[in-house]
Amino acid sequence: MQTDETDRRILRHYLAEPGLARAELAERAGVTQATLWRRLERMAGAGLIGAPRAVIDWRKLGYEVEVSLRFTLDKTNPRAFDEFIGAAREVPEVVGIETFLGRVDVRLNVIARNMAQYQEVYRARILALPHIAEVEALMLIATIKESEGLPL
Amino acid sequence: MDLDDLDRAILRLLAAEGGLAAGEVGRRLGLSQPAAWRRIRRLEEAGVLAGLRVDVDRAALGFGVTVFLGVKLATKGRVSLEDFERAVGAIPEVQVVQHVLGLFDYRLRVVARDIADFERVLRRRIMTLPGLGQVEANVLLTEERRPGPLG
Repeated sequence: MQTDETDRRILRHYLAEPGLARAELAERAGVTQATLWRRLERMAGAGLIGAPRAVIDWRKLGYEVEVSLRFTLDKTNPRAFDEFIGAAREVPEVVGIETFLGRVDVRLNVIARNMAQYQEVYRARILALPHIAEVEALMLIATIKESEGLPL
Repeated sequence: MDLDDLDRAILRLLAAEGGLAAGEVGRRLGLSQPAAWRRIRRLEEAGVLAGLRVDVDRAALGFGVTVFLGVKLATKGRVSLEDFERAVGAIPEVQVVQHVLGLFDYRLRVVARDIADFERVLRRRIMTLPGLGQVEANVLLTEERRPGPLG
């Protein structure tokens, strides 16, 4: 579907703060609530935007450690990606899976309660994943910015 | 914060459908509306439920390219991290900025309309950041959020 300037203005405000009450969102985007409702419904119907999902703050649940693990896979095996990702989905501490074109093939976002538990997950579950050629770790110190906003 | 099985069920449900009202959450989990409301409220107050996010079809909205950059600062100690973070955080195409420990100092998630647009952002916005050193780019192909350890 084609979006117009009004759609983009609504999206700009909505994506920047999806938790905003509808009345407030309508006011910021400069449209009536009826227009807002209709436009959001239309964009959702066209698959441009999905249903909102709750963000869980794992630190507040005692998961103090978050590590970004970057993998290079053994691509001589044609099933390497599928089998690696299938096995990674079985690890509960894996909260995100991304695939890339570049030096890195797959990235896993892994959380743990503390370093001792991280070590356990890393050794018992992560290193046991199939077709790993290389792995590098980036430990998260702080998230400075996190937004789904687009420069529309 | 300690969770029981019902709290975990509520989190699983809202992580998939964040817009559900307390009454609907209660109905699906066999709780009264007030009981579900109280539990959701408690999770919000503890900061466990930290707002909403919306999945967007970026390509359909004209942003066909998402790139993760690993950034190393050139002159550690001499460049203020705050200056770098303020400058990078102000770039509209940069969605995520994470300070990390390891091979790089920062991870950035950058959206662009296409590869040519990405090159423009990289050259004009990223490469001109104060203290920037080595940069590694990986183009995002697929991404998937997992429910995490909610039992």
